[in-house]
Amino acid sequence: MTTVADIIAQHKGREGPLLPILHDVQKFFGHVGDEAIREISDGLNMTRAEVFGVVSFYHDFRKEAENRPVIKLCRAEACKARGVEDLVPLTKGQDRVKVETIYCLGLCSVGPAAMLGNTVHARLDPKRLTELMANA
Amino acid sequence: MKVRISDDALALACGADAVTEAFVQSGVEVERVSSWGMHWLEPLIDVDGVGYGPVTPEQVEAIIAGTAPSIGRIKDHPFIAKQTRLTFARAGKTRATSLDDYYASEGWLGLAKAREIGPEATINAVLQSGLRGRGGAGFPAAIKWKTVADAPADRKYIVCNADEGDSATFADRMVMEGDPFMLIEGMAIAALAVGANKGYVYIRSEYPHAIAKMEAAITACAHLIAPFEIEVRVGAGAYVCGEETSLLNSLEGKRGEVRAKPPLPAIEGLFGKPTVVNNVLTLAAVPWILTHGGAAYAAFGMGRSKGTMPVQLAGNIKHGGLFEVAFGITLGELVNDIGGGTASGRPVRCVQVGGPLGAYIPPSQFEMPFDYEAFGAADALIGHAGITVFDDTIDMAQMARFAMEFCAAESCGKCTPCRLGSTRGMETLDQIIAGKNVDANLALIADLSETMKYGSLCALGGFTPYPVMSAIKHFPEDFR
Repeated sequence: MTTVADIIAQHKGREGPLLPILHDVQKFFGHVGDEAIREISDGLNMTRAEVFGVVSFYHDFRKEAENRPVIKLCRAEACKARGVEDLVPLTKGQDRVKVETIYCLGLCSVGPAAMLGNTVHARLDPKRLTELMANA
Repeated sequence: MKVRISDDALALACGADAVTEAFVQSGVEVERVSSWGMHWLEPLIDVDGVGYGPVTPEQVEAIIAGTAPSIGRIKDHPFIAKQTRLTFARAGKTRATSLDDYYASEGWLGLAKAREIGPEATINAVLQSGLRGRGGAGFPAAIKWKTVADAPADRKYIVCNADEGDSATFADRMVMEGDPFMLIEGMAIAALAVGANKGYVYIRSEYPHAIAKMEAAITACAHLIAPFEIEVRVGAGAYVCGEETSLLNSLEGKRGEVRAKPPLPAIEGLFGKPTVVNNVLTLAAVPWILTHGGAAYAAFGMGRSKGTMPVQLAGNIKHGGLFEVAFGITLGELVNDIGGGTASGRPVRCVQVGGPLGAYIPPSQFEMPFDYEAFGAADALIGHAGITVFDDTIDMAQMARFAMEFCAAESCGKCTPCRLGSTRGMETLDQIIAGKNVDANLALIADLSETMKYGSLCALGGFTPYPVMSAIKHFPEDFR
């Protein structure tokens, strides 16, 4: 069982270890909570405010765990040009899947695009998005 | 029968794994290679050089039997034949993390040359090539390298900016997922030229496939670039970290807030040490320049825009993908002749060049050549050379509002014009869209844009006015 202390110890010797630590904490625990922030600040000899400031700055880090599947739907310009806004209503009125807005997956020629975990999906239309949400 | 299928993220998103599986089930061996960059054809199947696409698993049987309709020889396809591929010379042909494939296709020749001629001559070759930063600013790469080389320090860094967050750009992703050794070689050459010991590739977290390929490639070739070391660092979803000083703060483990310049990163960069910060495409162009000479690279292009640019055709475009071409081609050629117009078949209303901070350009300006100076003169920017095409159903007032919304969501908060201006701008555009005090509010937006343009610390706040004001200028009817 990996602990926050293990993660800190693993990265502490690196230059600028905070982001790698936060990524690993989020990966293993699903979020970066207050207790983890306390441990990290002690481990790196930083203030809790400093660590909290970093955690809150970046969109990737969650303060609380998200137990639902998370679909990141791109709503940047290229996906807008390919009609993503028409798909957005499909994501409303349901609570099983968390659908988050993301800006760009680099699939701008085959949008609308989305990411579920580390898998990417392109050419979404109402049918494909509904399937993706149902199978998430 | 030799079958090749791309395993880059875009091919996977279009279903390349299922098609590969169908070939394997039929007893056909498949080689997973980089993407040709003809994205509308993905998954594109290469069977002994002949292309099929887009392919579904159901069509695999017919392809094996030789009865499926093909697109002909891939390398003769007009989309490929019209390109000048220097950076993307290996695209579609090699396995991304195969050292054998890389060696067999001019790999490591540039680094060998740099080692042979030494740091000063290496910088001179890059100077002679006229290579300018491909991240957007267009700053001459050799000048930056020379500054770092001349700065006395016990430790120097090469930082590769792979935080490719602009919508309509995917060339960095394609380099990292398709030809990672080329980028590593470019970084190693830069390190040799300036005397750096350590390199970082800062990759956005939205690119898990690029991260995996880069890490595998770095491990596979560590012995070839030693004593120089490279490490991948992963971003955390902040667009502003594509700005170089914000990226450096992020690498140091801080909030990704922009730093005031000076000091320049070339003098005081990562951890206060002299640092080269270059975009993926800048560093990826370097091995070719060293291998073939600076003059050969400078023979392409026009004016002060030398060499080739991997242009990315995206959005509502029929033939979207990666089109590497010498500077000087017109926007109209790219959008209409190469790109085939819109995917929807409706008229092109406008294009946005250079990502979310780039201007909207109407078809009346499509004669404009792709050239840093020509774009600058038209109040537009090339940026990372992504082109988003929109058809006539787009509402430009909504797009102008989105530019402000995006800036508000991604502002690092350090400077007032960007932090507050973006939110006030969004609210004011909401008023305009609602038809309230339109004239007065448009005047307010123009005034606010001036403040943001000249008062912001970095390009996020400074360039957000470009899409906003260009939309108002070229499409005033959408705001009334």
